Amino acid sequence: MPTVAPLDLDGHCVAAVFLNDVPHFAMADGLVHRLDHGHKTAQANDGLLCATRDAAGDRLITGGEDGKVFALTSDGTVTELAEAGKKWITSVAAGPQGAVAYAAGRVAFVRFADGKAKEFSHPRSVEGLAFAPKGMRIAVARYNGATLHFPAAEGKPTELEWAGAHTGVTFSPDGNYLITSMQENALHGWKLADGKHMRMAGYPAKVKSLSWAPRGRWLASSGAPAAIVWPFQGKDGPMGKAPLELGTRGNTMVTCVACHPSQDVVAIGYEDGMVIAARFADAKEVLLRRPGKGAITALMWDREERRIVFGSAAGDCGVIDIAG
Amino acid sequence: MSETQTQIPVTVLTGYLGSGKTTLLNRILSENHGKRYAVIVNEFGEIGIDNDLIVESDEEIYEMNNGCVCCTVRGDLIRVVEGLMRRPGRFDAIVVETTGLADPVPVAQTFFMDEDVRAKTKLDAVVALVDAKHLPLRLKDTREAEDQIAFADVVLLNKTDLVSEDELRDVEATIRAINPAAKIHRTQRSGVDLGEVLDRGAFDLKRTLENDPHFLDADEHDHDHDHVCGPDCDHDHHHHHDHDGHDHHHHDHNGHDHPSSIHDVTVKSISLRGGEMDSRKFFPWIEKVTQLEGPNILRLKGIIAFKDDPDRYVLQGVHMIIEGDHQRPWKDDEKHESRLVFIGRELDAERLKASFDACQAVAVN
Repeated sequence: MPTVAPLDLDGHCVAAVFLNDVPHFAMADGLVHRLDHGHKTAQANDGLLCATRDAAGDRLITGGEDGKVFALTSDGTVTELAEAGKKWITSVAAGPQGAVAYAAGRVAFVRFADGKAKEFSHPRSVEGLAFAPKGMRIAVARYNGATLHFPAAEGKPTELEWAGAHTGVTFSPDGNYLITSMQENALHGWKLADGKHMRMAGYPAKVKSLSWAPRGRWLASSGAPAAIVWPFQGKDGPMGKAPLELGTRGNTMVTCVACHPSQDVVAIGYEDGMVIAARFADAKEVLLRRPGKGAITALMWDREERRIVFGSAAGDCGVIDIAG
Repeated sequence: MSETQTQIPVTVLTGYLGSGKTTLLNRILSENHGKRYAVIVNEFGEIGIDNDLIVESDEEIYEMNNGCVCCTVRGDLIRVVEGLMRRPGRFDAIVVETTGLADPVPVAQTFFMDEDVRAKTKLDAVVALVDAKHLPLRLKDTREAEDQIAFADVVLLNKTDLVSEDELRDVEATIRAINPAAKIHRTQRSGVDLGEVLDRGAFDLKRTLENDPHFLDADEHDHDHDHVCGPDCDHDHHHHHDHDGHDHHHHDHNGHDHPSSIHDVTVKSISLRGGEMDSRKFFPWIEKVTQLEGPNILRLKGIIAFKDDPDRYVLQGVHMIIEGDHQRPWKDDEKHESRLVFIGRELDAERLKASFDACQAVAVN
């Protein structure tokens, strides 16, 4: 039986991650809590808006209202990586070789591990950022499409156009697809080899959480009363195919999804705080956590595939142990 | 902390450069009124106050991808409001300052069209600051100045010390012609009781029009464009613009009874008035009107009396977005009348009146 070790904190949980197997909870007030032989804290931004774990799994990159970008490690060390002035840092992304990207207004910045930085200005606000899984390439979600930059090289960016406001972005793990979430209740995708469009619509709410299954075979998403899981095994992605609908509930919405690191299973968090796991093959569900005080805003599996950290909009966070 | 937090009120300040927005903002931020405000500005500019809750944001107007040309939102506000509302204990209300040239409509629509923003905040009122001396010139130059007035719930006619009483009367008549429903305050250096600007509930269906005891009994009022509102005046002015029993339920203000400055006005208001309505006719009609004429409608407000319905029905709209709800039971001494005011451009008053009249409930004999 799964067991839950609760951690009741104040405020909105922006990110819940494992850093070196230690559960971390980054809250909107900028305090990052960790459970490492007891409850410890470290202060990052004054007003934390966005946070992401880096590729190596040992740093949390945060951005916030104070216009600063910090890197936090599992020993509680907080390092200021950058300051962008008075504007909010609205998006951060972590890339290969310690590179970090962050957005302030209409400018995207890429900071390399050696401290050198590069700026990319856009005519409209940078809404979302993502590094490609391979090579030094970064995608910017923006109004009417996405822009791909190659920060390590000179040259023109690649523009991908699709009308509407694109607010978030992710590359598929194989780098073949770029998917954006939109202000409308839809996802949009491009097959990067030929620029072919993919429309994934029909959501009753905005899609705020996306997670790729192992080897990028599926893309799970929030924004509906079920986790909507699009098949990406074919050569044209999910086009012409129906998505899986997992963990359907009649009275609440899915707010967060996190795919299992190696199996075709997804952890699903709901608006009422419930968390379940559902298997793709037979849609079988296991209850992991009963409803709580707030919507689930963050979920992540650990490397051993045994524990899940979760955070909520009301601060009732915790760690689920699948094996109990 | 509960998920069902109360919605935070949002006040939108519009007005041209030099109209006194910064002065008003400084007052809101510095005066001792017991409330804390988060302020969203386009540039820190001259706000000489250091405050963590002043957020600089790039105006981003996003057209919605639904084929509707007037469905626009301010994308930056969605993000900033979402961020602010993650720590809601810090402030009691939000003020959005727009640039001088800003179209107020996307700002307002953001608070109706985005589900997340709508769940956590509510639009309280749109306040337009007008420079008494330069308004005639602004109206000649641009359409935005007129839009800002047409869209406002409250107009601060500022810098009144820089013009003569005659000029002031002309400017006020112009504002009244563009927007008969707004409350006008004559001010110097944005000196208005902040209670007249903040927490107005102008978009609150339960409160809208409720503060206007005269809304339904227009008969006893004279047509009076020169009415001057003092700071204590707490009523809208729909009723000055039509007179039951006469033949102009709809009133085109362009020019015929006003000083010359009004020649530059392209917005007009149309006041419709009728008896009890048939809900089966009225709802399809208002939906069709807002669908077809939405781009031309800046604001609409109304109180509708439905046949066999003991409750007043109130509605308000912005472009194609329309909201309506039962407000409260009709009082015994209230006449069951329906009133509807459109503020917009290129609206066909005759056709609106005829089709509105056709929605009236037919008396069964």
